[in-house]
Amino acid sequence: MKRLRRFFDQSKPHFEKGGKWYFLHSTFEAFETFLFVPNKVTQTGSHVRDAIDLKRTMSIVIIALIPALLFGMLNVGVQHYAHVKQYAGLHWSDIISQVGFWKLFWFGFLKVLPIIVVTYVVGLSIEFSMAQIKGHEVNEGFLVTGLLIPLIVPINIPLWMLAVAVAFAVFIGKEAFGGTGMNIMNPALLARAFLFFAYPSHMAGDKPWVVPADVISGPTPLGTAALGTEPEKIYQLYPPMDAFLGFIPGSIGETSKLMILIGALILIITGIGSLKIMLSGIVGALFMAWVLQLWGANPYMHLSPWYHLLIGSFLFGIVFMATDPVTAAQTGWGKIIYGFLIGVFTIIIRVLNPAYPEGTMLAILLMNVFAPLIDYFVVHHNIHKRMRRTSLKA
Amino acid sequence: MEVIRIRRGKDIPLLGEVKDFSLKTHSSNFFAIQPYVLKFIKPKLLVEEGQQVKAGQPVILHKEAEQVVLTSPVNGIVRKIVRGEKRRLEQIVIEATDPLDQVVFPTKDPEKMKREEILEHLLMSGLWPLFKQRPYGVLAQPQVVPRDIFVTGFDTAPLAVSFDPFIQQNQTHFITGLNILKKLTNGKVFLSLHQKFNQPKLYENLENIEIKWFSGPHPAGNVGVQIHHIKPINKGEYIWTLNSQDVVALGFLFNTGKRLFQRQVALTGSELKNTGIYLLPAEVQIKGLIEGNLLQDNVRVISGNVLTGSKIEKDGFLMMHDTQITVIPEGNYYEFMGWAAPGFKKYSLSRTFFSWLTPNRKYRLDTNMHGGARPFVVSEQYEKVFPFEIYPVYLLKAILANNIDMMEKLGIYEVIEEDFALCEFACTSKIESQQIMRQGIELMIKELGY
Repeated sequence: MKRLRRFFDQSKPHFEKGGKWYFLHSTFEAFETFLFVPNKVTQTGSHVRDAIDLKRTMSIVIIALIPALLFGMLNVGVQHYAHVKQYAGLHWSDIISQVGFWKLFWFGFLKVLPIIVVTYVVGLSIEFSMAQIKGHEVNEGFLVTGLLIPLIVPINIPLWMLAVAVAFAVFIGKEAFGGTGMNIMNPALLARAFLFFAYPSHMAGDKPWVVPADVISGPTPLGTAALGTEPEKIYQLYPPMDAFLGFIPGSIGETSKLMILIGALILIITGIGSLKIMLSGIVGALFMAWVLQLWGANPYMHLSPWYHLLIGSFLFGIVFMATDPVTAAQTGWGKIIYGFLIGVFTIIIRVLNPAYPEGTMLAILLMNVFAPLIDYFVVHHNIHKRMRRTSLKA
Repeated sequence: MEVIRIRRGKDIPLLGEVKDFSLKTHSSNFFAIQPYVLKFIKPKLLVEEGQQVKAGQPVILHKEAEQVVLTSPVNGIVRKIVRGEKRRLEQIVIEATDPLDQVVFPTKDPEKMKREEILEHLLMSGLWPLFKQRPYGVLAQPQVVPRDIFVTGFDTAPLAVSFDPFIQQNQTHFITGLNILKKLTNGKVFLSLHQKFNQPKLYENLENIEIKWFSGPHPAGNVGVQIHHIKPINKGEYIWTLNSQDVVALGFLFNTGKRLFQRQVALTGSELKNTGIYLLPAEVQIKGLIEGNLLQDNVRVISGNVLTGSKIEKDGFLMMHDTQITVIPEGNYYEFMGWAAPGFKKYSLSRTFFSWLTPNRKYRLDTNMHGGARPFVVSEQYEKVFPFEIYPVYLLKAILANNIDMMEKLGIYEVIEEDFALCEFACTSKIESQQIMRQGIELMIKELGY
């Protein structure tokens, strides 16, 4: 370690103002602070500081995402082999025992890895160059975004498409607003939305969710439901237990509700993710699904509220996307309202809008835009209380 | 007994607490008047190096209100005038030549005095700067009649100790001091006490005083928190604040006529061989307490507590208002992959380090920032340690945007820098919120006056 530290100490002057590599100072700084927590001491204010920093916060989110990621890799393999002629129609447990766990996982690993690599390479190179141009420090925000994006794209996405979407998300979604902490909409979701609207044929319908095999492709439960299939038939095709464990077609990270809940638990225990948003979001979704069930105008509406939680990307969205502190509401009551409305809108878009099979992405983006307004009202309630106290006196 | 419970806050578990609670005495012949312990003072120097001064003789004058003076605590010689950047007047060091306890003012009975006479006596003696005024926590203005006066009887800051032994020793002065305060306001004099820090018996016989009991963690001892929970301040109102040791100093002046008053000072911090409680004259040099008492040399000496205190030298001086000295290690080291370590020994209010599994551990915290400054990212983090019905981040953002109207609406009259100290401690993005708050107050005063 000491040798490494000496190396940094020796090369530092070259990157400082006037040094020959000054134009790379943000990059140097990013690597240095990645390896060593800086020796900076407090100058004003509190003399001691909490050990937490943004790097720690972001790495906790990444740890929380890992169960879903690993399971996603396995499921990519399972879903692929489920559509190979030889194994067609078999239950996932039979596929795992016949094909072999590691073979399935390795298959998925090789499919997912390029997506992760492309996302990070494209995103981080933009982040680094922007930091360089603006003279900022490189912010940690993209570490999480870069892992979220692979988890919410279909497995078959062409890599160039992914690269374009990531570039769009980082440029327009984040840097245009001033970087980490300033953006209005969640960059990862923005990448997803970009793909959705720019390349609809690759994103929706039944094609993209399974690595192609020779027989059939795999529709998601949501796609099936949108076709007007009776709930009983859907429960049969995608049993609730399978949906909970995650052996259903879908985006890489969204299928396993169990792994998402493990991630949620990590976020809640460490206090990084907002429990308020998660709970109120789930309550909102259940409430809206229940209302629609009462109405019951078509087969989709009859789908059980609980089952709604098990399919699609809602749970993943409410745990990992809606809780992004920068784009979510920031006040206590604001968070509760924000989460609740995400749940409500997800189900409305899902069930009532035939054009979009899934509503999570749009619901969260919509509420991202409205979060400042929600906060505005919450803060103004507080202001109003203070003003009333003054006028009572007068 | 009605108790106001402060829920949102945190006692930072530091090593180096006081173990020996006996009161020891210490003194030195060197004293320093440090004008900038008073916020927004415009000092005018009245003495020069080498000049003889008498105890109670004005040394510094506040240009904006010339009756406000800082006086020499002792008979002596001005040894040094220390100036900082832009010739800012930092210290006037005075060496005492006579024995320390001289009577320099006539003794007075506040019960028989008019408000104006009391004010005049306080101003002349140089003890006036013990009064702070809300909003903004500035030097109190003599021409103001405050709505109420708030006295905080305890300090919840990290490593702080109870004031009770000192109050018990100086009960007569304390009562005289409270009588002085009663004459200064048409409203009430509130005394706040804490269930953990104060003995109810000691405060039983106080008359015409409103006693309020508190419980809960720091910042319950911040007088701003107490005002907020007892009777919040509104626009256009003024409140004066002191702590109970200041009240003793006032009483001491009236009862004995002596300018130099004693403080009960807690000598604390993980880098000291011996911690303890000392009776120190205010504004005295603390070299003798630090020298030979350090476990290692790379330390920061703080007059005050680790959250709001001021960095001083090892041969520095106790500041006028402070009742604590803390010595902690400097944090000027690099830590390899520190943010990724499991962190069994790292203290954090969040549970992102495994240290949350050992809630009773105490920590040797140093002055390292533990990360780089970032924009606001995490939300509702400040609220957990900020016991006000105020949205702290919105207030800070209003200050950063220089939006006076919003600052007013969001409650800037109710808070001062020290109330943001724990927010600053907890902040993931390492935002200097006390400094931002100070900026806001400066702007308010510049635009709207006191």
